[in-house]
Amino acid sequence: MVALGVRVGALALANPIMPASGTFSPEMGQVTDLNLLGALVTKSITREFRSGNPTPRVAEAGAGMLNSIGIPSKGLDYFLNETIPAYRRYTPPLVASISAHSPDVFAALCRDVSVRDVDAIEVNISCPNLEADGRAFAMHPDLTLQVMRELRAATHKPLWAKLTPNVGNIVEIAEAAEQGGADALVVANAVLAMTIDTNTLRPTLGSIMGGLSGPPVKPIILRMVYQCARAVSVPIIGVGGISTAEDVVQYMAAGARAVQVGTASFIRPNAMTDILKDLSSWCDAHGYRDINDLVGAVRDDDLDPDILEAVR
Amino acid sequence: MSQQPSLKPADNPAGTEGFPIAENICSVVSNEAVNDRYSHMVLAAPPIALTARAGQFFHLLCPQTDRDQPYLRRPMSVYRVDRDAGRIEFLYKPVGAGTSAMATLRAGDAFNVLGPLGKGFVLEPSWRQIVVLGRGVGLATLAPLAELAASMSIGVTAILSAERRDYLMSGDLFESMGAEVVTVTDQDGTSAVDNVETVLLELIRQGRADAFFTCGSDRLMQLMKRLGAAHNIPGQVALEQQMACGIGMCFCCVRSFDVGGDVIHRRVCCEGPVFDMQEALSW
Repeated sequence: MVALGVRVGALALANPIMPASGTFSPEMGQVTDLNLLGALVTKSITREFRSGNPTPRVAEAGAGMLNSIGIPSKGLDYFLNETIPAYRRYTPPLVASISAHSPDVFAALCRDVSVRDVDAIEVNISCPNLEADGRAFAMHPDLTLQVMRELRAATHKPLWAKLTPNVGNIVEIAEAAEQGGADALVVANAVLAMTIDTNTLRPTLGSIMGGLSGPPVKPIILRMVYQCARAVSVPIIGVGGISTAEDVVQYMAAGARAVQVGTASFIRPNAMTDILKDLSSWCDAHGYRDINDLVGAVRDDDLDPDILEAVR
Repeated sequence: MSQQPSLKPADNPAGTEGFPIAENICSVVSNEAVNDRYSHMVLAAPPIALTARAGQFFHLLCPQTDRDQPYLRRPMSVYRVDRDAGRIEFLYKPVGAGTSAMATLRAGDAFNVLGPLGKGFVLEPSWRQIVVLGRGVGLATLAPLAELAASMSIGVTAILSAERRDYLMSGDLFESMGAEVVTVTDQDGTSAVDNVETVLLELIRQGRADAFFTCGSDRLMQLMKRLGAAHNIPGQVALEQQMACGIGMCFCCVRSFDVGGDVIHRRVCCEGPVFDMQEALSW
């Protein structure tokens, strides 16, 4: 049996499988055993109440999903008094996901969620749906550095920066987040996209643009994880279109220390626990006794140095 | 976080193996068109699926076909649960990619249905007579109310509205459960809101409307809501909305409700799909 434990910075996980923020809540515990997961990640909250975006909030896009939920949030007090206690019955580490429009509000929220039952804080500096035009801190290296410095100063908890794929050069964003004090990078959020209903010629989503997720984005995000892993020394958590154990193998080989599963859980609420079983079998079948041996195991070292340089 | 001991079975929600919701791998018993618009599917279902109650729904993993490749699951309210035979049934309109693909399933095929999901209809034992008003495929959602009411010795008047007489599928089911059935159709020119209002007012006058139930038509819900408010008759409405997860995680399926003057969002999947009619807003 393969040893599945991994470390993401200071945080030890029983295995590398955890949910992606926004695709998970304690309700999943009605279907599957959440104690089998490596970590639990909350839906992003904001300090203030937000009702979220207009409907339709979801659309199909080929074999993928387009969404624009808009981070409906019941605010900080509800999170501290209701959400966190709802997770207390489960054993895996709890990762609180937070978001905000401005660095100072973001930092204050980061400080306020740094409570005992929160084991790490994932800072969503990349939600494509918070602003109508899809802007986010993580679209700019300087804004990333600035907000991460303020967030770093606000907490001693492990700080995970969730990056956006909606950038020209994700490596410079990853480097800025690391420089700003991130303990890990979550690569990446959904891909900004849209669809049009051919019967009505109207944008399918109520807010026109949304985030594409699911299997179609996997090769895009896998490439970004590979690029980031070569550029930074903090652990990377890969997230994008994972629905099978082979997807996890690819992400870990590309350099991810752990992964998040999102949209697949909407199709199969047992997806994460099934993937975990299959991952264990895959490792056994391929002679891996420690899952960490898979991290960065992509066989690229015999490739032309010019090709390797060009991936940056 | 504080390290809690592993969940004991007693800490888990009720249900088989502690999980009240399951990806039920069902076997198709039959799946036939009942007319040129609607189809009827019967599934042999495992025990958790058979716990479904009136108004609850399943989230269907529809097959991939040459013509249709649905990706997300499709929510569908349960039409009938036959616990003795171990079967659940759906009455549906093949229209989009999911339901069209679903219509291609044949006897013996496997079908993954997640559920049972959501909060269903609730009948108060003190009610003697209820009125059920549905239109189109909303009739399928209301049909299980007939059996539930019969089991509680509550009388039912079912007003069934459809475009054509042959689309009034649930009439036989309601009648077999002892309900009085009133049918109105566009074909007969009897389905106008004014006419339905006349029928409802007569039922109210006769004292046969302790509660209202509706699904499938915004206009008919508005009518029942107005009469319910005027005559102090409680009501429940089953709502639809596009869904992704179906279990409350994604917040895709919200609708708006008026709660004490404040407009709030609720998730149709887990806070409904059955809601208090007076709080539900027009869609």
